[in-house]
Amino acid sequence: MTPEFRHVLSSLRAHRVPALLVIFEIALACAVLCNAVFMIGQRMSDMHLPNAIDEQGIVVVSMRGGDAAGAAGSVPRDLEALRSIAGVQAAGSVTSVPLDNNGQNDAFGTSPDARMEDAASVTLEYSFLGEGADKALGLHLLQGRFFTAEEYANSSLRPELMPRSHVAIITQSLAQRIWPGQSAIGKVMYSKPLWYTVVGVIADVLCSNDAVRSGGDRGFYYGAFFPIDPAGSVGAFSPANPQTNYVLRSLPAERDRVLGEAVRRLKQLNPAAVIQAKRFTDVRDQYFADNASVAITLAVICVIMLLVTAFGIVGLTSFWVRQRRRQIGIRRAIGASRRQVVYYFQTENFLLSTIGVMLGMALAFGINLYLMQHYQMQHMPWYYLPAGALTLWLLGQLAVLGPALRAAQVPPMVATRAA
Amino acid sequence: MFGYYLDLAWRSLRRTPVMTALMVLAIGLGIGASMTMLTVLHVMSDDPLPDRSAHLFVPHLDPRPANFTQNLYAPDASANFTYPDAMALVSSRQAVRQAAMAGGTLLARRSGTGHTPFYADGRFTTPDFFAMFDLSFLSGSAWSQADEDARARVVVLSESLSREVFGTADSVGRIAHLNDADLRVVGVTRDWQPNPMFYADADAKEFSDADRFFLPLSTSLDLKFNTNGNQSSWAGSIEHNSPTLTWLQVWVQLDTASEVTAYRRYLADYAGQQKKLGRYERSADSAHLYSLMEWLAIERKVPSDIHLQVWLALAFLAVCITNIVALLLAKFLRRGGEISVRRAMGARRRDIFIQLATESAVIGFAGGVLGLILAQLGLWSVRHRPDDYAHLASMDGPMLAFTFALALGASLLAGLLPAWRACRITPALQLKTQ
Repeated sequence: MTPEFRHVLSSLRAHRVPALLVIFEIALACAVLCNAVFMIGQRMSDMHLPNAIDEQGIVVVSMRGGDAAGAAGSVPRDLEALRSIAGVQAAGSVTSVPLDNNGQNDAFGTSPDARMEDAASVTLEYSFLGEGADKALGLHLLQGRFFTAEEYANSSLRPELMPRSHVAIITQSLAQRIWPGQSAIGKVMYSKPLWYTVVGVIADVLCSNDAVRSGGDRGFYYGAFFPIDPAGSVGAFSPANPQTNYVLRSLPAERDRVLGEAVRRLKQLNPAAVIQAKRFTDVRDQYFADNASVAITLAVICVIMLLVTAFGIVGLTSFWVRQRRRQIGIRRAIGASRRQVVYYFQTENFLLSTIGVMLGMALAFGINLYLMQHYQMQHMPWYYLPAGALTLWLLGQLAVLGPALRAAQVPPMVATRAA
Repeated sequence: MFGYYLDLAWRSLRRTPVMTALMVLAIGLGIGASMTMLTVLHVMSDDPLPDRSAHLFVPHLDPRPANFTQNLYAPDASANFTYPDAMALVSSRQAVRQAAMAGGTLLARRSGTGHTPFYADGRFTTPDFFAMFDLSFLSGSAWSQADEDARARVVVLSESLSREVFGTADSVGRIAHLNDADLRVVGVTRDWQPNPMFYADADAKEFSDADRFFLPLSTSLDLKFNTNGNQSSWAGSIEHNSPTLTWLQVWVQLDTASEVTAYRRYLADYAGQQKKLGRYERSADSAHLYSLMEWLAIERKVPSDIHLQVWLALAFLAVCITNIVALLLAKFLRRGGEISVRRAMGARRRDIFIQLATESAVIGFAGGVLGLILAQLGLWSVRHRPDDYAHLASMDGPMLAFTFALALGASLLAGLLPAWRACRITPALQLKTQ
């Protein structure tokens, strides 16, 4: 132990209460910081999850409340009108698009007896594609094939609002989850009395349903698509309340013009309908808007908390410096250099910070465990702890620098005065 | 004496303006952050119907098969009722009032031609709904049980929907076109928006949705109107009257403790009887009766994000308070000389303690003012969030008073230890070394 260190220890013993307070403050700040940054990180990473569709080029137009009887027949007519808009590369009808919170979910197993409620069944989010919607969304095929014209035409809705055809396209993550290490092509998934053969595997597309996302690390991507005929695509949600969603794909530069033109043409063809159009980027932003606002709130609180902690350290160290002017003077008089005086206060702060961050890391870990139990929080990766500790260490050293430099300016003469 | 202490506090604080500013800032920031979040929590967990909530109860039955595995993240399949169970409870008339209900969205058309239709949210329910939840009618009344039984084509509109469709609040007797059905308006209610919308399915946006029309449940089924909200089925059939599809909510009014006890017994008997009939696989113990506030707690209408942010803000306040304790300690101990002189001249320890506590309180008061301003700023930013509860975020009188109480309490608590340490200074020793 260096003599410096011994001095620091003995002086801290003399100021036990303030020292303990600093330790406590640093510990608390460290624990809160680790957890808050972890929460921010989780939300930010959710916001940036990749999504293998043409996000920038897609426009979604939804149409409700048209003439219920004519709605099914109007789909091919509407699509023809939409496809003839200049700049539209592809168009198709869908029941929902990723992240619009309208996807449906079911659970499938691998044995012919598997039922939806079996614990072993995998929960997934599905939506229906009308002919051309695969190209309109820009789905990226990895294995197998997309649906054939015949499969689209022969797929009407069953009473449970599931398709009559027996083919499905699933995401890569879902394929890996159900058939780990194998090719999913040609395999069958069951949810009694339904069964579907996987004909294609596509790159991961995001889904919005909490029940699906809870399925594991890649739960965000447990998605499946079924083919549907025009009549089915209109009634898939609610047979009595027909709704049609059209997806149009164009170059990003032409997207907004395409959106306006699509609304205009659909209004002309369906004067009684309520028509709403969105860019897919808006759908995505809306889905994650909550994440963004929570992340900002947490970040603001963290920054202010660190500032308050730093100010506290500055205030207390300044007090110590003033209180020990005489001691500092004596040390300077008997040969201590200015550097050594600065070093003394830095060592003192280092010691307090170290104890503080040790306690803080333990506290942070405990808080994380508590949150995991009560608030569906995930496990905090270990590196958040040393990162938080390092931040407070640096903050402490930075905060102590000002008062320490002022202490170094105390002239040795002070030693000769009374107080 | 208090005036003198205030004067002393003022002088002392002015001597160290930077430190004082730091302390006021710290307590202001801590109070501002925690009051912002506490206010949001407060408005969200408030009693939606303070006059009626003590009389409102929600029964709970569990018709799920014994081997049903509930996905933790999926809506609870037994939170809602099957049509046969809901109808059995409502028609048994075992409570003072009872109603079954489900939400729905219908296409409404303004009277006259050339208008684009629009969607309105509302409720399909049974006649007791209005008296039980105490909706007030501007004109007309609820439909009768006879209307309910006859699937009458009638509707009750909210004032705002009546104005939007007919241009007037008095539309009783006129015909409203909803989803291509012609419904006769029998009543117009004052707009009604309890926060949260406690009676709705967990799927609803409880803090922003409001029902704008009400029509008989039997009529809605006859017209095949679609309902909003979660529908859970476990045997394939999704016919509305299937005994294995839950989609309805049931509320009952019970006025006395004995009525509550009797209704509990009735529910258990009902569940037991269904089990005997072989329809239920779970025991009669699975039947429950919850009060409105209990139900809100169970359904967790307050998002867990809010709880997390409240905890974070309180932890932040704790950091601020610790900070102030340390700073006050430094400040008070530095004044050893002054304290010793006052002690030597006859001030008791208690006097010193009260003097220093006054000084802490002054800081707390200033911090409270700053905190209040910051909290208003924080609430303003919450109101601009996209969440459905955002518009509710503002302070009421009690919260305003609580803000000051919290600020004063926190600063007095922070001043306790430093003041106690300072009043134990030995005067003689201090005076000598000075």
